[in-house]
Amino acid sequence: MIVEARKAKFTEPLKLSSGAVLPEFEIAYETYGELNAARSNAVLVCHALNASHHVAGTYAGDPDNVGWWDNMVGPGKPLDTDKFFVIGNNYIGSCFGSTGPTSTNPATGKPWGADFPVVTVEDWVAAQARLADRLGIARFAAVMGGSLGAMQALQWALSFPQRVRHSIVIAATPRLSAQNIAFNEVARQAIMTDPDFHGGHYYDKGVVPRRGLRIARMIGHITYLSDDAMMEKFGRVLRRAAPGFDFDVDFEIESYLRHQGDKFSSYFDANTYLRITKALDYYDPAADYGGDLSAAFARAQADFLVVSFTSDWRFSSARSREIVKALLDNKRVLSYLEIDAPQGHDAFLLDDPRYFGALRAYFGNIAL
Amino acid sequence: MTEAEYIARWVTPGARVLDLGCGNGALLKHLWQARQAPGYGVEIDDAKVLECIRNDVNVLQMDLEDGLSAFQDGSFDFVILSETLQAIHRQEPLLRDMLRVGREAIVSFPNFGFWKARIQITFAGHMPVSRELPYQWYDTPNVHHCTLVDFEALCAKLGLRVLERQVLTGGSPVSFLPNLLGSLAVYRVSA
Repeated sequence: MIVEARKAKFTEPLKLSSGAVLPEFEIAYETYGELNAARSNAVLVCHALNASHHVAGTYAGDPDNVGWWDNMVGPGKPLDTDKFFVIGNNYIGSCFGSTGPTSTNPATGKPWGADFPVVTVEDWVAAQARLADRLGIARFAAVMGGSLGAMQALQWALSFPQRVRHSIVIAATPRLSAQNIAFNEVARQAIMTDPDFHGGHYYDKGVVPRRGLRIARMIGHITYLSDDAMMEKFGRVLRRAAPGFDFDVDFEIESYLRHQGDKFSSYFDANTYLRITKALDYYDPAADYGGDLSAAFARAQADFLVVSFTSDWRFSSARSREIVKALLDNKRVLSYLEIDAPQGHDAFLLDDPRYFGALRAYFGNIAL
Repeated sequence: MTEAEYIARWVTPGARVLDLGCGNGALLKHLWQARQAPGYGVEIDDAKVLECIRNDVNVLQMDLEDGLSAFQDGSFDFVILSETLQAIHRQEPLLRDMLRVGREAIVSFPNFGFWKARIQITFAGHMPVSRELPYQWYDTPNVHHCTLVDFEALCAKLGLRVLERQVLTGGSPVSFLPNLLGSLAVYRVSA
């Protein structure tokens, strides 16, 4: 499937949760499949921390750049683009084409950098709703996401109850735990204490806080894998014939984390990383209801599919069961899958036959 | 008539139902079609959960042994435990929990007092293996078999009222010597 990235520009200011106003913004997006005449077959796919609007397929002349959820989305895939009109979007504040810290601040003519406001999951959804308006989609057949993307799928059902028929919420949490926030804070400190960070204004200095980004990504990767999966994948295997009794790479896992850190720091923006982790930390739809998640979901009207993975310790199944309980309390149409997969949080990107089979069946039953 | 059809006769139109150990969701689908009764199934088995999704039945992949804490008090009209009682480790807390979340409970189980089972134990001297109980003793999900008499004694102990009882053999109702001639018992009970 050859796909094309597009941009939609919005000139009406967007008021953000923080009170700041984004005077104008762009959203990078891609679409797959055809919108039907009734405009009833649109599915919005929301991405997690480091992904983008490039959900599926490849670009012409760039066959190696495969979309991040290409195993899930495409012709004949569980989210079948022969049936559905699928939209991938890059949320604002990111660094893959939508307006974010690397974009030009219209007020100064220079990159926003540290001045780009902190955005929230609610802000992303509000911006995505503008995109839906632009594409002529009054109501989505489904909004779907994993991890941070799942928060957007939840929030869609809360911000725009009438505009979502099905909310598909995978490897989610209704709020970060103190431990989750702690990991995010260590990642942010790694970035902000990098001498190349310059308070977020590093673009015009011609440097990137690469060391901080590397460490942030290494920490992230530890939380994406289960203890068992990490042991299974790397064990205590050495990279060299014998321990070096120095501080170069001894173990495979060290090599893996360094490689992931190097790769990530070569393309990801540090100011974006800070903002996304803050959006994660702040997300808590129950906060306005005295912590009562059931009360928060009283306004939801969508049908829900919630999926968790038993070895996910970042956003554990217990967190998904909190969502399930809140939805049951509100008598929502709901199915919940607890997949006994060993990989940890990353399982949501892998094609376990139980998980993919269920999504295929679920999408198959959505009447258009 | 099938067990599902008998259960559907007890379920009032539009009632909210919770089916514990719902298998492939066939009963819930039947109750929706016959009684417009919406609800949820609880199932732990991966393959059965997938069949429920295919059948467009609300299914929650949970372990009944963990209890029903996901469900609010009185949130269902009927809580159904169809041919699952014998596979549960701790019946007493589950039965109490069923009548906490539901107004009434519908419980069915294979009757271990059925004459074929009695004959196999008494004369052949081995644990019963039959159409109703197709498992070998060492390879069975069933851990707590009971008879009609046993179940009614448990209900009495827990202070549960038996509102209705339907005993079946091969889909036909049995009223004469039910604990001997019935292979399947279906009860409707309340707190």
